[in-house]
Amino acid sequence: MPRQVRKLVTIIAEAALEGMLLEDVEALGAHGYTVTEARGKGSRGVRAGSWEASSNIRVEIVCDDRTADAIIHHVEERYYRNFAMILFISDVDVLRPEKF
Amino acid sequence: MAVLDPVILFFVLGVAAGLMRSELRLPAPVYEFLSMVLLLAIGLKGGAELGRQSLPALLPQVAAVAAMGAIMPLLAFPVLHVVGRLKRADAAAIAAHYGSVSVGTFAVATAYLTYRDIGFEAYMPVFVVILEIPAIIVGVALARGIAMETRWKRMAHEVLLGKSIVLLVGGLLIGWAVGAEGLQPIGFLFFDLFKGVLALFLLEMGLIAAGQLGSLRHHGPFLVAFGLGMPLVGAALGLGLAAAFQMSLGGTVLMATLAASASYIAVPAAFRLIVPEANPALSLTASLGVTFPFNILAGIPFYHHLAARLEGGL
Repeated sequence: MPRQVRKLVTIIAEAALEGMLLEDVEALGAHGYTVTEARGKGSRGVRAGSWEASSNIRVEIVCDDRTADAIIHHVEERYYRNFAMILFISDVDVLRPEKF
Repeated sequence: MAVLDPVILFFVLGVAAGLMRSELRLPAPVYEFLSMVLLLAIGLKGGAELGRQSLPALLPQVAAVAAMGAIMPLLAFPVLHVVGRLKRADAAAIAAHYGSVSVGTFAVATAYLTYRDIGFEAYMPVFVVILEIPAIIVGVALARGIAMETRWKRMAHEVLLGKSIVLLVGGLLIGWAVGAEGLQPIGFLFFDLFKGVLALFLLEMGLIAAGQLGSLRHHGPFLVAFGLGMPLVGAALGLGLAAAFQMSLGGTVLMATLAASASYIAVPAAFRLIVPEANPALSLTASLGVTFPFNILAGIPFYHHLAARLEGGL
């Protein structure tokens, strides 16, 4: 099967953002996403995940270049200033490019 | 009778374990489950009682309680903004936390009264629901002004469909629909196990409170003073309101406790999304690191003492 390259956008953010973030990601053209619970430490301190206010989520989206750019731009503009979050992008090989 | 209610000792254990950096931690789903059971139990109990009340007779009290919830942030805001020199958004957020209520504190106060065989108006949970909301609206208006482009639709969604409101109101409605008899089949989980659930919940709250204590060092003595002073102002308002409505001794203690407590579920969740520039560390440090432990350990017995004096004086 031929492989093709797509973008994997990973966002780790406060769990409070889940509803808004997922709405945005879909509206920007992503065909799907995966959400897992996460905890860790960053510039805004320890996010221990023991209760609502200290919980993080990790959102992974596989999409084409254009959607990835739209998501990056939107997240940067809208959320970076006030929320504990990071975003990073990597290339991934996919087997069924039409899904993404 | 032991001087200390055992559930309080679970809180102390949680704080101690947290301060000593024990490995102990409750998985988040367990904490969520415990708080769900508490919210539903409180709602169900109040709802069953509502069936026996004439609702119109409760309306003046409901209105007065809602007004109290709206006034408290207005009292707290200038103190935080002017005296404490906190930024507008931060001052508004903390003010909203203190106008709203802590269901955990309310649960401890009901357990405190039950432990001492002191009766109270069983419809008090209605006031818990009523007090959750106005402070959030006033707080957001203080942060942003009323004309601004606050997304009121998002706000209505956050405020009315937040976890605590849905479970409390849902419990009230179910309790109201089936009455005390109808609740018997599920009473084992919600009523018989209530104290055990509360004990585990307080263990986790102790761990969380201990975690907030660390950030107290950064935020200084003002927050500590506010976190200890504001509950006393609230308690005074609550005592006054309870006296005006000639509530029982237990009801007076609960009203004072409600007014003295500060939210840590509904308000932080709503503010995080509606006023994200407010720093949640400040409000949670005050609410969970200072006021919650104060109310649990010293506040409730103190309000009991005051309510008894008040009743004796009448």
